Amino acid sequence: MPRFLVFGALLLVAQATSTPQCDNNNSTSNTTPLVVNGGPSNNGFNEPFVSVTVCVPGTSNCQTIDGILVDTGSVGLRVLSSALRVPLPQQTGAGGAPVVECLPFVDGFTWGPVQTADLQIAGERASSIPIQVIGVDRFPTIPNGCSSQGSSEETQDDLAANGILGLGSFIQDCGSACTFSGSANPGLYYACPTPSNCQVTSQSLASQVVNPVARFSSDNNGIVIQLPEVAPTGQPGAVGSLIFGIGTQANNDLKSARVLTLDASGNVTTIFNGTAYRNSFIDSGSNGTFFLDSGATGLPECRRSTGFYCPPTRQSFSATIVGANNISVPVSFGAANVDAVNDTFTAFPDAAGSNPGGFDWGLPLLFGRTFFSAIEGRSTPGGNGPYWAF
Amino acid sequence: MRSLSVRIAVIAVLLSLAPSAVFASLGGSLSSVESDRAHMKSALVRIARVDSYTVHETLSPTGTTVREYVGADGIVFGVSWAGQFPPDLRQLLGNYFDQYRNGGQTTARARKARGRMAINQAGFVVRTAAHTRSFFGIAYAPNLLPAGVSPSVVR
Repeated sequence: MPRFLVFGALLLVAQATSTPQCDNNNSTSNTTPLVVNGGPSNNGFNEPFVSVTVCVPGTSNCQTIDGILVDTGSVGLRVLSSALRVPLPQQTGAGGAPVVECLPFVDGFTWGPVQTADLQIAGERASSIPIQVIGVDRFPTIPNGCSSQGSSEETQDDLAANGILGLGSFIQDCGSACTFSGSANPGLYYACPTPSNCQVTSQSLASQVVNPVARFSSDNNGIVIQLPEVAPTGQPGAVGSLIFGIGTQANNDLKSARVLTLDASGNVTTIFNGTAYRNSFIDSGSNGTFFLDSGATGLPECRRSTGFYCPPTRQSFSATIVGANNISVPVSFGAANVDAVNDTFTAFPDAAGSNPGGFDWGLPLLFGRTFFSAIEGRSTPGGNGPYWAF
Repeated sequence: MRSLSVRIAVIAVLLSLAPSAVFASLGGSLSSVESDRAHMKSALVRIARVDSYTVHETLSPTGTTVREYVGADGIVFGVSWAGQFPPDLRQLLGNYFDQYRNGGQTTARARKARGRMAINQAGFVVRTAAHTRSFFGIAYAPNLLPAGVSPSVVR
């Protein structure tokens, strides 16, 4: 075999094995401002926003949308139909029927069509990805199987945002369960041959609403969230960075961060006062540290700020977060009176409230930290995702 | 920490889907509820009798575990769920579903906890937390709790 061919083959192998981190020399801009403020409906509280640009695929017909909530607790881009002005193509399924999604959230669901967009953020681009357009304007009849999840989140006030950028550690928002037919299908995707006749449909992995980062050509193995410390009394807001990739460029090096791998449901364990709480998670879309209840913590519920604790004086706590790999990180956190926080402040580190499962570590955990979230199956210098590291 | 001394008198584990399997809605009764379990196409995993109530545990085809807490009077006083996908809450919460749905709607300008949800009403209490592929919740009716039973048994 001629020598240059062997050399060429070696180059190809080297390129293939380093795909997730191939951008060291070709530095795509991989960082965008992450802003904690009141958001588009001016009622945000501990909620981090970015701007994204969506385009009709393959065209320069684009629109930049601000007030998009960065949510590591969900997967995929969802934009309010009322905030969207570019005509995105509708995804169709078997027989050409439009595909519409019902995505359950903790306090309800989002209903609306799956459409295809090119997404741009920082210098990154995801081409022709499925996103959800939230709203009942095109498919007005929400099926019973969807409305049985609670209330429809379909307005700017419902979401406190113009959309949600789900950057969780999964690649798809549903996964293999939605590829099944029959009762094993959880019913997230519907085929709607007419606007008011929608039936649950099976949806291939490639057609599901996707984590956009997983579809970038580089910096596609995870994200970094960097937020500054916030004063104990709260602040009007805070500005940090959302960085794409882990160990792909100088600005997303893991350094000494400890890597906590996730279980199959995307959870870790929290040890608090000697008890291990499985089903714990870190979620930028949760706006407090949510744990136990008033009976167990002795912290009274707020009168005004629904769902938060309002102790008369600040209480401090410590816990240990443990990954599926048994690597752990000790953390300290506080609970203070949310009702007493200045009404114009949107960043407050001691927001806490109750939670029936484990610990829901929301945005307060991320203040003053550099937090890494690696995507399932993707290679990083800290091992394969899914993991959280900080 | 409260101590909860619950004596488990009988645990019957039924590995197959028994015809007498019971799946009720919160506030519903045992006598009319087999159709509800069938609605969710769930398999009965076990029935545990704990002093003054029984726990009916079922597993849905999507892998979600639902527990229902039934008093000696045959009334379901509490429910819980855990899994990668939420259960049919209209079915599970029965007549309380509208209160649940309304609880999920926000006052537009109120500062509200997001990422989890709680409803604290005199007759209906809910706690839920969730993220993609991980959902948990409990719900109970305080006025239906059997005498001497703590709401903390619902989990």
